[in-house]
Amino acid sequence: MDKIVEITGLSKHYKGFSLKNISFSLERGYIMGFIGPNGAGKSTTIKLMMNLVKKDGGQIKLFGLDHEKDEIAVKERIGFVYDENCFYDELTVEEMKNFIRPFYRRWDEAAFKRYVREFGLPLNKQIKRLSKGMKMKFALAAALSHHAELLIMDEPTSGLDPLVRNELLDILRTLMEDGNTSVFFSTHITSDLDKIADYITLIHEGEILLSTTKEELLEEYCIVKGGKNLDLSACRELFIGLEESRYGIAGLARNKGDVIKRLGGSAVIERPTLEDILLFFTSRSDSHVSSH
Amino acid sequence: MNFILSNSANEPIYLQIVKQVKEQIIKGELSEGEALPSIRNLAKELKISVITAKRAYDELEKEGFIITIGGKGSFVAPINKEMLRENRIKRIEEKLSEALAEAKLIGLTLEELQEMMKLLDEE
Repeated sequence: MDKIVEITGLSKHYKGFSLKNISFSLERGYIMGFIGPNGAGKSTTIKLMMNLVKKDGGQIKLFGLDHEKDEIAVKERIGFVYDENCFYDELTVEEMKNFIRPFYRRWDEAAFKRYVREFGLPLNKQIKRLSKGMKMKFALAAALSHHAELLIMDEPTSGLDPLVRNELLDILRTLMEDGNTSVFFSTHITSDLDKIADYITLIHEGEILLSTTKEELLEEYCIVKGGKNLDLSACRELFIGLEESRYGIAGLARNKGDVIKRLGGSAVIERPTLEDILLFFTSRSDSHVSSH
Repeated sequence: MNFILSNSANEPIYLQIVKQVKEQIIKGELSEGEALPSIRNLAKELKISVITAKRAYDELEKEGFIITIGGKGSFVAPINKEMLRENRIKRIEEKLSEALAEAKLIGLTLEELQEMMKLLDEE
């Protein structure tokens, strides 16, 4: 397997927050969604991958290379799309492009022109006058114009309207067709990933709770709904989280097959969405089964 | 090829694809030797993940409906349509005899059962 991202035992300690010994990997040609609530450690992980902050322990290998020792070689092959503006506000799109172009040996001017046309980017407009969606598209055009093999996107869809978000997903889909590019996509808008992601990595309070294919995730877990009198004693240990209201209960359980067998027809069992999984896994309320 | 995929259905997306390809092969809408889109192209067109598309093709291949030739792509496998039809008929017979047995348990007559079928068909 051609591993594009390989993170092993990565840790970083801040006052009040630690990234604890995290590991995951991503192959060439696939999209990984990196999800978790705000403050879970998504941006810290990405900053470590980009070597913008120094790790305290563990290893980050990108394209099989060490991300610190081979930093320049690695960064040539990465396209970085950040949710905040990482360009100079006063420059125009064209000026900014001319500024970043010399940093990349593989810069492809024809490709850039093509993306400018495709995305409708105004070359002569100052960056600060671009809409949020346009800024994201410019970052994406810049990333794609140096033929990045790995796109690292930190919350690229936050603050964008559904139309622009959909455009971004379409661009990513087209990009995936040749099987050469991998995408690492952090977001808390899980609906963006419901369809497009191949792999999902869930981070919470600095720890990876799961990292697997989306297919397995959505088949392994299920939402269970039932009346207040639903007897869960046969499978309580399978529940990740449970919510009780005046009129019934709803919860997320693992091992769907077992749940169906044990609860039979007494409950409604549904396929979860990524949002369900995110919410039940990270819910801070006292609705957790373990705290019962 | 035509696909109608439902996100609200309880059936996983890959299975929906498998079923619909099979149906189109059995109906003759896809003929033997016909080239199927590549996994990555299918994923893009159907707006699904590459892994989902791959899983559908793997399943179709396992069941003998398509063959994948490395570097060339996937094609509709030669299938014996008569045999397929007979297999299906056998499956329907099995299901019907199951229904018949259930009906007997509660004393439903054959006429009532036929009436039920008619009503279901009209739905």
